[in-house]
Amino acid sequence: MTVPSLVERFQYGLEAPICLTWELTYACNLACRHCLSSSGRRDPDEMSTEECKALIDEFERLQIFYVNIGGGEPTTRPDFWELVDYATAHHVGVKFSTNGVKITPLVAARLAKSDYIDVQISLDGASAEVNDAVRGPGSYDMALRAMKNLADAGFEGFKISVVMTRHNVGQLDEFQQLADRFRAQLRITRLRPSGRGADAWDDLHVTDAQQRELYDWLVAKGERVLTGDSFFHLAGYGESLPGLNLCGAGRVVCLIDPVGDVYACPFAIHDDFRAGNVRGPGGFAGVWRESALFADLRRPQTGGTCSACSAFDSCRGGCMAAKFFTGLPLDGPDPECVKGHGAIALANVNRMQVPKPSLDHSHRELLPLTPARRPARACDESPVADIAGCR
Amino acid sequence: MWRKCWSKRSRSTVCAVSTDLLDQAWQVHPQASVRAEQFGALLYHFGTRRLSFVKDPRLLTVLRSLSDHHTARAACVAAGMQDDELASFRGALAALHKSQMIVERAGL
Repeated sequence: MTVPSLVERFQYGLEAPICLTWELTYACNLACRHCLSSSGRRDPDEMSTEECKALIDEFERLQIFYVNIGGGEPTTRPDFWELVDYATAHHVGVKFSTNGVKITPLVAARLAKSDYIDVQISLDGASAEVNDAVRGPGSYDMALRAMKNLADAGFEGFKISVVMTRHNVGQLDEFQQLADRFRAQLRITRLRPSGRGADAWDDLHVTDAQQRELYDWLVAKGERVLTGDSFFHLAGYGESLPGLNLCGAGRVVCLIDPVGDVYACPFAIHDDFRAGNVRGPGGFAGVWRESALFADLRRPQTGGTCSACSAFDSCRGGCMAAKFFTGLPLDGPDPECVKGHGAIALANVNRMQVPKPSLDHSHRELLPLTPARRPARACDESPVADIAGCR
Repeated sequence: MWRKCWSKRSRSTVCAVSTDLLDQAWQVHPQASVRAEQFGALLYHFGTRRLSFVKDPRLLTVLRSLSDHHTARAACVAAGMQDDELASFRGALAALHKSQMIVERAGL
């Protein structure tokens, strides 16, 4: 039962995904700067309760053991608990990600009772200052309140989920202490330039020196830490980190979004990576098994320019989504390649041609209303003159 | 208890015959689920939230028929395994036992 040969098997895909992320809604009470799905507003075409239940029935038939439910903030859906109960009653385990907004003591007590439910509280700073700069004012207190409620209810081993940024890498030990304090498990994942993360990438992504710091920390202290297998691009530093060390997009991983679109991975919400829709005649299984995009992703990857690199066997060229949304070719180096090949490649990218996320459900900020200006002179009706004048 | 006997077995072969897991009755853990895959099977345990992989389709057959046989050995033989292969299957079953994917079944 060694992992390497399994990786080869996994490259050709599975009967059903191991790690299926299902974003129930694009609606969110927060507006995190790095939101991978650009969430905020509900999509009017969101799947109904009945459609969601039919999809859960299909998960059961496919023996999809559990789904990772996210959003948006999934608990803002009025039928959220109904769907969670429906899933667990149909042998589909649920792990859901939340900012904690609805995790009251009462809800926490209910959650603690079920073996089939796991909870992941998002937190991107071990202090309010660092967290709230990314996730918004009050979000740190909200998350900690939820954690306390879960711990008080006896829910052991819930996850504290942290996206690593240049502002919180230095807090890794504090995150672990926080997890220990609440008898929770720390989960850290890689920031991707997906969704609003594309705009926040330059400000938030970890520096080269921090990547090394993060890798060393994981090797030394990461035994109990979950990573969602997201740091395999760091394997170029030396020994591989635990996990499959493989881009699972379309092979072991996929995303179903709130309107039923199936994408190759949660970080690739873009038309280029949309494999189909669960509302189609073949349902989810039809998309997973028949999609031309997934068939293509399951073909052995050549590695392109990376195949000549000594680290290719361990990092396998890194993350597809990170490359795509920074404008790099998919068969080249990861933008955060530890050998520095990504930095060289990025220098040649025309930033005007970097793909933009296909969807944006961000809250629309209302621009402050300003009184219409009168023309400077009665005959001067072109506003252009006015703008030019105050440049 | 199995733990005691197992630790004993790992040090010597004194109780190897009586506690050989191939000669015991097993079942898939009630909280575990088995899914067939081309390479063998995937197992998931809802209690421990862990995944395991089985890389031989015959072991999938064994897992699915464990409850129908008095011993794991009988299930292995019925699945077409040869004597010289049993040692590696013993190892695989031990690993599945350790990860709680299979549990002892009472009563022969």
